[in-house]
Amino acid sequence: MTKSELIEKISEKVDGLSKKQTEVIVETIFESIKESLAKGGKVEIRGFGNFRLRSRNARKARNPKTGEAVDVPPKKVPYFKVGKELREMVNRSL
Amino acid sequence: MTKADLADRLYEKIGLPKKEATAIVETLFDSMKNILSEGESIKITGFGTFLVRKKGSRKGRNPKTGTELEIEQRKVVTFKPSLQFKALVEKV
Repeated sequence: MTKSELIEKISEKVDGLSKKQTEVIVETIFESIKESLAKGGKVEIRGFGNFRLRSRNARKARNPKTGEAVDVPPKKVPYFKVGKELREMVNRSL
Repeated sequence: MTKADLADRLYEKIGLPKKEATAIVETLFDSMKNILSEGESIKITGFGTFLVRKKGSRKGRNPKTGTELEIEQRKVVTFKPSLQFKALVEKV
């Protein structure tokens, strides 16, 4: 499912919201999550899961074309930990 | 940041009344839970993809007692952040 299909589904569920309005709202929610993490924060959506950053150590890699060694600096990556409720829901259909 | 804070952001950024903002935040994550429960992935452009993956059964061990046990097949939700999201937080 894509973002636009998700937006359509939600605008059907919520009374009095057009598809365009729903789109702005959904975009704003995901933007807000990204902004929070970009500030080093974390986002906890009870029942769904948590978003936070994880650290990746510096490492040496190789340019696959030239074989040349390159230093990859340490960095942060977004990490999602699935919530208990969602984890259980996904397995109910097994 | 929690669901309540996300609702506050909606009010600050686009003036959506708190009550409506709270309701739509709930609806969004409930819908996503239902979609994923049906085994369907969700791709949010600019944010990332939520995937449902099947894990086969395997033998494991109770780390406390050392007894062998069968870990049954199950499904897990994973999140693959978009390149844009990764670039945004890389240097935090």
